[in-house]
Amino acid sequence: MAMAAFRREGRRFVVVSPNLLRSSLLPSSEEQVSLGVRSISTQIVRNRMKSVKNIQKITKAMKMVAASKLRAIQVRAENSRGLWQPFTALLGDTPSVDVKKNVIVTVSADKGLCGGINSTSVKVSRALFKLNSGADKESKYVVLGEKAKAQLIRDSKQHIDLTLTELQKNFLNYTQVSALADEILKNVEYDALRIVFNKFQSVVSFLPTTATIFSPEIVERESEAGKLGDLDSYEVEGGDTKSEILQNLTEFQFSCVMFNAVLENACSEQGARMSAMDSSSRNAGEMLDRLTLTYNRTRQASITTELTEIISGASALEG
Amino acid sequence: MLRSAAIRILSRSTIATRRFSTDLEANAPTDGAFIEAWKKIAPNIDPPKTPLAFIKPRPPTPSSIPSKLTLNFVLPYSSELASKEVDMVIVPATTGQMGILPGHVPTIAELKPGLMSVHEGNDVKKYFVSSGFAFVHANSYADIVAVEAASLDQIDSNQVQKGLAEFTQKLSSASTDLEKAEAQIGVDVHSALNSALSG
Repeated sequence: MAMAAFRREGRRFVVVSPNLLRSSLLPSSEEQVSLGVRSISTQIVRNRMKSVKNIQKITKAMKMVAASKLRAIQVRAENSRGLWQPFTALLGDTPSVDVKKNVIVTVSADKGLCGGINSTSVKVSRALFKLNSGADKESKYVVLGEKAKAQLIRDSKQHIDLTLTELQKNFLNYTQVSALADEILKNVEYDALRIVFNKFQSVVSFLPTTATIFSPEIVERESEAGKLGDLDSYEVEGGDTKSEILQNLTEFQFSCVMFNAVLENACSEQGARMSAMDSSSRNAGEMLDRLTLTYNRTRQASITTELTEIISGASALEG
Repeated sequence: MLRSAAIRILSRSTIATRRFSTDLEANAPTDGAFIEAWKKIAPNIDPPKTPLAFIKPRPPTPSSIPSKLTLNFVLPYSSELASKEVDMVIVPATTGQMGILPGHVPTIAELKPGLMSVHEGNDVKKYFVSSGFAFVHANSYADIVAVEAASLDQIDSNQVQKGLAEFTQKLSSASTDLEKAEAQIGVDVHSALNSALSG
């Protein structure tokens, strides 16, 4: 609610220039003049200044909150970066492998006001969807997070298989993410899972990234074709068959990559929110400066008018 | 005003450096076919990065066997050991304890709950790992991914005994298959912990 109001206010402020503002003041002051009040009212400007100040307070507070959350989550995201590397070293990274059933897992945030990270992941997911759709292929979306859901539901409702929201309501840990990965693996048929997320680089920049995970059958097929690392040179220990191990391996890989993806995305979200809130509190400050100038000018003008009236009245009496 | 100018300059410089870094990455072994296909489909959007762009490059297989094994041991919440050179590591594979020395054949091994020890000279570090995978590569790199691990000296033997007794009791009273499986896992983990502590 407050956010919607805030956004509306913000838009109005962007459009209204000081000149327009003064002209919008005029009719009301004329009204008051006709009622017998001589001075020009500064009430409206004062009200607007108050509301801009309040908005600035809110955005500043949101920035602080985002900064403290960022610090906590950045450490965890950086610590989790080692987790997916062994899998990439083993299986390689070949997003170009052509498979029939593609599932695009879009990771996004639940809340807005965080710059472009949600729309970036949606855009990348859409392009990936287009890239992997064809005559005998079928692509599906699995959407994590409220914001990507709202955007994707508009034009590709029939392709969305599963949506999961409120990821960050509870503390993000491996157990929770692996339960979530399990939920996806159980409910979706796939040959390749393509995870789209924003990798955290710094507070001002994040990189849209896609990680690809193949089903055990595809891993076996592609490694025989020589595209996917040279899995054949590896001895496999444990389990009854190779395919069983591969199944365990790919599922474990999915949960590990998901864990890192979710953390990286949460981290980028906080970073983007921090910089968005920083720039909006700066904008509010600039607006406040302009309004203060208008306010002072109006006040001075009314004083000057009053003085002129008094002096001219006095000189009329004298003369 | 000055502050905003400073930030604008800062952001521009970061963009510039990013462009340079992507120039570098063009030489990195990324999937060219993917990037080409992407440019045909979505010319207005930069192709997304793939994990390969972020991974630390690994050396090719040397002709002679190196004297040390390079070990990566990662957990979801930390990289316990990162590119550490060690003499030997013993991991609890599902087929039994497996010792890895430099020049080991490339292997994929599933791990079971048990004792993992890292030998470095005379120094032996012992961890208890819950489960996971171990990969040994041809270039004497070993990656161990575990869901949970703890240094052995952090484990309280009294708690282990208590847990073992509890799960044994649960196993005998379990009625459904799920309960039985859960209790069995509990018993397995605790007895592995027990033997790791005593052995």
